[in-house]
Amino acid sequence: MSKPRSRRPPSSSLEKCPSGIRGFDQITAGGLPRGRPSLVCGGPGTGKTLFGIEFLVRGAINYGEPGVLISFEERPSDLAANSASLGFKLDRLVARKKLVLEQILVERAAIVETGEYNLDGLFIRLAAAIDSVGAKRVLLDTIEVLFGALANAGILRAELHRLFAWLKDRGITTVVTGERGDGSLTRQGLEEYVSDCVIVLDQRVVDQIATRRIRVVKYRGSLHGTNEYPFLIDSLGFLVLPITAIALDYPAANEFMSTGVAKLDAMLGGKGYFRGSTLMVSGAAGTGKTSMAAQFLDAACRRSERCLYFSFEESPLQLSRNMRSIGLDLQKWVKRGLLQFCAARPATFGLEVHISMMMKMADDFRPRVVVLDPVSSFESAGTKLDALAMLMRLIDRFKSQQISVMLTSLTGTGELAEQRSEGISSLIDGWILLRNLEHRGERTRALYVLKARGIKHSNQVRELVITDHGLDLEQIHVGPEGILVGSARHAQQLLDNVAAKTSRDDLKHHRDLLMRKRTALKARIAELEGDFAAEAHDIGQAIEHEIAHQDVLRANRTTLVAQREDLKPAQTSTQRGA
Amino acid sequence: MRCARRQRPATCAAAADRDWDLRLYVAGQTPRSLATIANLKKLCDEHLNQRYRIQVIDLLVNPKLSRDDQIVAIPTLVRKLPVPIRKIIGDFSDTARTLVGLQLRPGGASQRGATRGSAKEGWES
Repeated sequence: MSKPRSRRPPSSSLEKCPSGIRGFDQITAGGLPRGRPSLVCGGPGTGKTLFGIEFLVRGAINYGEPGVLISFEERPSDLAANSASLGFKLDRLVARKKLVLEQILVERAAIVETGEYNLDGLFIRLAAAIDSVGAKRVLLDTIEVLFGALANAGILRAELHRLFAWLKDRGITTVVTGERGDGSLTRQGLEEYVSDCVIVLDQRVVDQIATRRIRVVKYRGSLHGTNEYPFLIDSLGFLVLPITAIALDYPAANEFMSTGVAKLDAMLGGKGYFRGSTLMVSGAAGTGKTSMAAQFLDAACRRSERCLYFSFEESPLQLSRNMRSIGLDLQKWVKRGLLQFCAARPATFGLEVHISMMMKMADDFRPRVVVLDPVSSFESAGTKLDALAMLMRLIDRFKSQQISVMLTSLTGTGELAEQRSEGISSLIDGWILLRNLEHRGERTRALYVLKARGIKHSNQVRELVITDHGLDLEQIHVGPEGILVGSARHAQQLLDNVAAKTSRDDLKHHRDLLMRKRTALKARIAELEGDFAAEAHDIGQAIEHEIAHQDVLRANRTTLVAQREDLKPAQTSTQRGA
Repeated sequence: MRCARRQRPATCAAAADRDWDLRLYVAGQTPRSLATIANLKKLCDEHLNQRYRIQVIDLLVNPKLSRDDQIVAIPTLVRKLPVPIRKIIGDFSDTARTLVGLQLRPGGASQRGATRGSAKEGWES
C-alpha cells in the first residue's frame, strides 16, 4: 500500500480485489489478493460460506465480476434459500448470468479406487462453469470434503496443488473455505496450498456471550490489520468492524459547541467545548448525569443537529418522561427526526455485537452528536479491560467522523471517581465530575471540570441545580463558615441580603445628614453675607460722611484763609495811604 | 464417444443373468485414457462374458456430461447397471480392486469390506 508500489505494473505489485464485504476491505487495505486463492477457515457455524457467498455476490453486483460457487456440501437450492435471509438473491444472479451455482457431490461409500487417477473431472466442471459466465471469482466451499471421499491423499494433494496453480494461471480470485482443525488452521492442511492470504473466522463464547471475530493471519505482500476484529452477520450480510483506528489521525475542529448549560459553557471558557471531542460526565447515582446528557442533546437539536442517544439502562419513553420533568421535551426532537434513541442492554448481545450495532446505527443515521448513557454498563457484558477496549474503538470511530460524544459514567458512591475511571481518562477530552455533597442533613450536587483538553477551564466547584427548566449552576458560597451549599447557601444568601439592606439604609442616612448640613451651612453663609452687606453699607456711609465732613472742613479753612488775605492788603494800603 | 456392446452366453456366476451397463469418463485421448479403456475391456471380456455395454465419454468434448454423474476424478467408471450405481476411479491397473468395485467378487462379499490390499488374495485363485 505504499504509493510507489501501486503504480508499478500489476505483475510486480499485489493487486487487490475488493471483496465488497463491509469493513473487510479496510482491514486488508483493499480486499483479497487478485487472481490468487485465499483461504477462509474457521469452526462450524462461523460464517465461512457466507463470507464466500458475499464475496461472489458483491463482486457480481458491485464490481461487475461474475462468480462461480462450487459447493461440495450444500445443494445450490439450500444455499440460495439460506442466503436469501441475508438479502442475497442468488437465483436472480444466476438468471442474469452473473453467478453459477454448482454442486459437486462426492460420496466415499460409492467410490472404489483402482490405481492412478487425477481430478480432471473437477477441473473440467470448474472450467465449464467459469467459461459459461466469464467468472472472475470462485468460491470453493469446503474442498476438504474431497479428502473424506478420496482415499489416496497423495494424489489429492498433488491435484490440489495443480488446481490452485491452474486458478492462479487463469487469474481467478478464489476463496477456499476450510474447516478448522486441532492445532492447525485447517484439518487437511489447506493452508499449505493456499498460502497468499489466510483468514480465520472464529466464534467464541465468553461469559455466555458469543462473539464472532475475524483475523487476517497471513497476507503475503501486503500490510493488513493483524488484530481480531469482531464481525456481525446481519440482514445485509457480513459486517467487519475495523473499530481500532490504525492511526490517530483524526482532524481537530476549532469550532465550539455549547454543552446546553450556559454557565457550564462559561466554566469551559465561554463558548462550550470543541466539536468532535469526547466529553465525559461521571458521578454517583442520582447526580444528574442523564439530565446533563439530555440537556446536551436538547441544545444540539435546537441547533438542528442530528443526535443519537444510546441508552443502556433506560427505555426511550422512560427517558423522555423523566426529562420532561426538568422541562426538556425530547420526544419533540424524535418526531422531527433529529433525535434517535437506541436502547439496549449490552449484555443482551455481547459487547462486540452491541458495539457493532451501535456503529452500524451511527453509520445509518449519521449523527453529529452521540450520547452514551452510561458507558459503565459495558462492564456488565465483559471484563473491564474488554469494555475499555471497546470504548476506545467506539470513541476512535466517532472522532474520526467528527462526531461529538458525551459519555456518562456511573461511579460508586464510596469510591473515588478519578481512580475508578483512570483507564478511560486518556480516551476523553473533557471530564465533568458530579459529586454528591452531604451538608447539614441535606444532599446537594456539586460540579466541577476535572479536565478539558485545550481549554482554559474554571477550577471552581459549582453547585448543580436541577430546576423545572433544565439545569443551572450556582456559585458555591464560601465564607467564614466554610463552603455552603443547598439550603445553607440559601440561608446565607438571605442573611447577606439583610446585611446588604442594612448597610444601604445606613448609607442613605448619612447622605441625608450630609445634605442637611450642607443646607444649614448655606443658610448660615447667606445670613452672614446679609450682615456683612448691612455693615459694609453702614461703614461705607460713614466713610462718605467723613469724606464730606473733611471736604467741608477744608472748604471752611480755605474760606478762612481767603478772608485773612483780604484783611492784610487793607492794612498795607492803609499804611501806604497814611 | 465410443460404444461397445456384445452379447454372449453367460458363464460368470456373479453376472450370469444381468446386463452390465458401464459408463467410462475420460478426458482426452491421452495415453492414460487409452490404457484405461484397454484395461477395462480386457477385464470385462474376462469376467463379464461379453454381456456388457461400455459407453466412453470424453469430457473434453462434452464437459456438461460430467454433471449428471458428479464426476470429479478422471478416469471414473460408473456402473449404471446392475443397480446400485457404483463408481470406480482409477486406471484399472489394480484388477483385483476393480473387480471388488464392480462387485464381481465371488461369494457376494460386501463391497464395503473390500478395501485396500486384502482383495487380491481372495480373488486370484
